[in-house]
Amino acid sequence: MLRALELRKDFGGLTVLHPTSVEFRPGEVHALMGENGAGKSTLMKVLAGLYRPDGGHVEWRGNKVAFGSPHDALVAGIAMIHQELMPIPDLTVAENITLGHEPCVSLGRIDRAAQLRLADKLLLELEADIAPDRLMRTLTVAQTQVVEIAKALGRQADVILMDEPTAALSDHEVAALFRAIARLKARGVAVVYTTHKMEEVFKLADRVSVLRDGRLVGSAPAAELSPAKLITMMVGRDLSDVYPARPKPSADILLEVDGLTREPAYREISFRIHRGEVVALAGLMGAGRTEIASAIYGLQPAASGQIRLRGQPISVRSPRDALAAGIGMVTEDRKGLGLIPALGVGQNITLTALREFCYGPMLNHTAEVAAQQAQMAGFSIKASSPAQPIGQLSGGNQQKALLSRCLLTGPELIILDEPTRGIDIGAKAEIYALIQRLAHAGKAILLISSELPEVLALAHRIVVLRRGSVAATLDATQTDQETVLRHAMPL
Amino acid sequence: MLALDRNLLHRFGLLLVILGVGLALSVATDTFLSVANLTNVARQISINGILAVGVTFVLLTAGVDLSLGSVVALSGVACATFAHPGEHPVIIPIAVGLLTGAACGLVNGALVTRGGVAPFIVTLGMMTIARGLALIVSGGRPVANMSNELTAFADDLFGVPIPVLCFAAVAFAAWFFLRNFRLGRHIYAVGGNENAARAAGVPVERVKLFAYALCGLLTGLAGVVLAARITTGQPNAGQAYELDAIAAVVIGGTSLAGGVGTITGTLLGVLLIGVINNGLDLMGVSSYYQAVIKGVIIVGAVWLDRRQSRS
Repeated sequence: MLRALELRKDFGGLTVLHPTSVEFRPGEVHALMGENGAGKSTLMKVLAGLYRPDGGHVEWRGNKVAFGSPHDALVAGIAMIHQELMPIPDLTVAENITLGHEPCVSLGRIDRAAQLRLADKLLLELEADIAPDRLMRTLTVAQTQVVEIAKALGRQADVILMDEPTAALSDHEVAALFRAIARLKARGVAVVYTTHKMEEVFKLADRVSVLRDGRLVGSAPAAELSPAKLITMMVGRDLSDVYPARPKPSADILLEVDGLTREPAYREISFRIHRGEVVALAGLMGAGRTEIASAIYGLQPAASGQIRLRGQPISVRSPRDALAAGIGMVTEDRKGLGLIPALGVGQNITLTALREFCYGPMLNHTAEVAAQQAQMAGFSIKASSPAQPIGQLSGGNQQKALLSRCLLTGPELIILDEPTRGIDIGAKAEIYALIQRLAHAGKAILLISSELPEVLALAHRIVVLRRGSVAATLDATQTDQETVLRHAMPL
Repeated sequence: MLALDRNLLHRFGLLLVILGVGLALSVATDTFLSVANLTNVARQISINGILAVGVTFVLLTAGVDLSLGSVVALSGVACATFAHPGEHPVIIPIAVGLLTGAACGLVNGALVTRGGVAPFIVTLGMMTIARGLALIVSGGRPVANMSNELTAFADDLFGVPIPVLCFAAVAFAAWFFLRNFRLGRHIYAVGGNENAARAAGVPVERVKLFAYALCGLLTGLAGVVLAARITTGQPNAGQAYELDAIAAVVIGGTSLAGGVGTITGTLLGVLLIGVINNGLDLMGVSSYYQAVIKGVIIVGAVWLDRRQSRS
């Protein structure tokens, strides 16, 4: 019913989507796969009326259409859920869900009761435990995502385009989302979605289309594909060994966390990390993983408990304290806590270690630019120059720049919170290799990741959290996904 | 590279507008393009220029300072109070004026960083407090009888008015500072994304406090220069000066959202407003119409700029 015919899109003379034809059928879940910058989001945005095509056209129910705006597409029955969520933080969940089509009584007065009922019903359909009268800003990223999906469901759309809907969700929430998608499918809705998670595609999709460098590589029923085949299609080469071998950790203990508590987020958290060891914090969204990392890095200090580094108790009240002690962190919230979007890539990289490139209070431009160039080359960060604003780069390049910023300070303990979220498989492989190189160099690494295969392959030990408490500490080489999940699930 | 080009384009465009206005004025009047008038323009823009440079720092941190005009008056009155002939060496009234401004800026900065009150509200409060203090200190009357040493501050040095030299020195120092000091880089980082800057180890509170205090210090300087020029400390001076200063900065391409902007841009903004003010005077436009025309030009300039940077 929805077809893209020879659709093309240019940006500033660069063709990001070469003429592409795809068909999306009712009651079918269609996955768009490809590396970052392959053109998936662009294709979706053209379909949703956000971009106008520079060639070809969109056919909808047999008619050629040209949507002038996302609103036109929405009225026609095509809704899109964006990767970058766009909630209005000071409105309630119900107000956000019904935004633009609020149930009204006379004179445009909003029918609050009906609004809450509607929101409640939609959230229930997604099995989300979120009170509709909560303020949007009090929600976690995952909950915000669920609300965005409920919003699209409320539009009674015939086509729902989802750009990486599961990137920020825990396994538990992903399962709920999948059940919701299955219901949409049964209703005859066409679901189009992008993801970087391979397992999902085979669980969920009926049909898979792969894009590479703005071109459609192929489109096939999911049943006819295998993960290996899909990777080959996406990257154009075999990626036989994504995960490098784990080096052996030393006997030397670097970090000891003892009884860390901040109610209600987490309590009595204790674990240790040796030099050369990768320890992962696993758990569902909201289990307290990011909060514990934030406490160690001083973003939000714990109320009680002790952190010891090299055997010495340290007091970390701010990121400055943490950095001074030799603790570095790469955040999960790239946009909120990582990037200074208007500054150049280079200046973003040297921001934390800027003192190294100074005479007293003054900058040594020569030394700084040399370091920027060396870092960009070393991390193969693709940008036109160090002065290009980091906000213009792809997610993978931004992530590598933030890693580079963190490592430039020479930390001994490195906290990586979702280091591979939303980046393509090529960049992921580079980050995996980097993690093992750092471990090999004697650094201690605290890894947080929602992707269990990643955790199992990279970490030496896994600390499983359940609702803010340590549920188990597992040897990563001796365990499997089911065991980790069993410990992580609330009983 | 892209951003750099856009910056250049922006500055080039603004420079063209200024030259165009200048050309039009030299055709429309016989007096515009004379040394005497151009010196006069320079003298007229120096106070707004000093204020604009100061408030550029605050705007870069995504803050705002609405108290400039009132603090100019308070600093001027404080300076004049200590400037009676034969009482103190001339350095004392100057220092008092500067420190008064700096103190106001420090209070603004402390309330913004420690108190967590929005800059708009803090400086709105300071706007009326400083005005009230100026009236209290002066008893509501102009503080006259200033020593010649101080009023000499408005004279010429080698044919250039000292206020213009002050402005030039301040602008150069600010440009050099933002470009070459770590604290300068930190100002851009804080304005660009405060939370990310904090997570990257930037001492966000100290950086903001510095920006407000520096802005206050320069406002104090503007107060001293103004008092010297009008040879009195006027408690009612400086009304709405903050608006001209902020307008100049924004015309110069600084984002009110913080993190983007340059001193060069601010200079050009100050120049444009100065040339327009002067031109409208020369052409004998009534001050009622002047206000309307100026407002239209300010909004128009920023609108054109934003439209250009969107495309």
